[in-house]
Amino acid sequence: MTRPATKTEESGVTAVEAIDLRKEFEAVDIASVLAQLDRELIGLAPVKTRIREIASLLLVERIRQKMALATSFPTLHMSFTGNPGTGKTTVALRMAGILHRLGFVRRGHVISVTRDDLVGQYIGHTAPKTKEILKKAMGGVLFIDEAYYLYRPENERDYGQEAIEILLQVMESQREDLVVILAGYGERMEKFFQSNPGFRSRIAHHVDFPDYSDDELLAIADLMLVAQKYHFSSDARSAFVRYIAARKTQPLFSNARSIRNALDRVRLRQANRIVSNLDRILTSDDVMSIEAEDVLASRVFVVAAGAGDGTG
Amino acid sequence: MRITQGCFSFLPDLTDEQISAQVQYCLEKGWAVNIEFTDDPHPRNTYWEMWGLPMFDLRDAAGIMKELAECRRVYGDRYIRVCGFDSSHGWESVRISFIVNRPKEEPGFRLDRQEVAGRNVRYSTRAYAATRPEGERYGGP
Repeated sequence: MTRPATKTEESGVTAVEAIDLRKEFEAVDIASVLAQLDRELIGLAPVKTRIREIASLLLVERIRQKMALATSFPTLHMSFTGNPGTGKTTVALRMAGILHRLGFVRRGHVISVTRDDLVGQYIGHTAPKTKEILKKAMGGVLFIDEAYYLYRPENERDYGQEAIEILLQVMESQREDLVVILAGYGERMEKFFQSNPGFRSRIAHHVDFPDYSDDELLAIADLMLVAQKYHFSSDARSAFVRYIAARKTQPLFSNARSIRNALDRVRLRQANRIVSNLDRILTSDDVMSIEAEDVLASRVFVVAAGAGDGTG
Repeated sequence: MRITQGCFSFLPDLTDEQISAQVQYCLEKGWAVNIEFTDDPHPRNTYWEMWGLPMFDLRDAAGIMKELAECRRVYGDRYIRVCGFDSSHGWESVRISFIVNRPKEEPGFRLDRQEVAGRNVRYSTRAYAATRPEGERYGGP
């Protein structure tokens, strides 16, 4: 007698509170954002894993909200650390898309700012400036690049502290209205968090962006060229492999950004090479193809060779 | 006497949720929303004081609601209205404006009749509240 009773009770409970996970997953359509992330961003495996985890967590959180189990709004503020050119800004844009689809930000736009946009130049200038940016970011994501510049311990009269205090207050009291993403280079962000413990405790997700390997950089170069309707000849490709190796040893290497700049210069040299010989018929392959000489003319090889001579 | 000026003024006072929805409508139309306040209820008083600057480039009403809350904290005893300014060519003017805050008591207006030559009568309205100096008209927040 008792067993059927509990059974109906159980089934009654599940009928009310059950949610079809697949339907929910497809309804918010984060799969397409994640697939796009996989397709368009080379490498970054740990970052993708973290984003997947965050997305899953938010999906579950959303279901819990529907079941009236969620006790409070989750903290979504994040910090992205990594060397220059490792895709922090790009991922922040995608993150905004994911948060918007899951309904954790209302509009899904990204306001990208640096210290200059938040901190004023004289007394009483900082607070209105910071508040204006915060108002613009409401309903979306506020992306603060090189966030550690906000805090300048060497100057005790620096107005950055004021901006930090306003930020902290809004990050706590208006968690439903905006998500703050801080970004910057690993070590300096670490120092920044040490001197501003308030930030660390308000940030739920710390994501570290690794440097790209040589192969990944080459894949990125290929992807960029395809997007611009160019391609490497086989010689040029092997030359570019050497270029990457040489460029990496030189100062101010900034991963994907350096690759993009290098490709811009390669295109410049390619155009120059084509134009230097006017008496011929061009095919579309001629203007699309990048030859080894376009790559090898780079100053990077000269400097690399020079350094080799100097040391050896 | 309840002042009726601008949009929605014959409806019951809007709730914050309704205000937020109207503001969001303005933002989606691309209008710059600003907050104004006054303690002179005369209908021909068009120059209300601005609370801060007009808020350009906002995407979400939350920012304006925050400013409104701040304005109410300071000037909760006065009339506060929200305006949506359309800067597009050909309009360049306020497209919507509605009262979002009013004093607890609105004493209304006194009608003055002035008899002039030829049995003509000139009328003027005077807000009872405006007899007191600015800032003291509605007895503080």
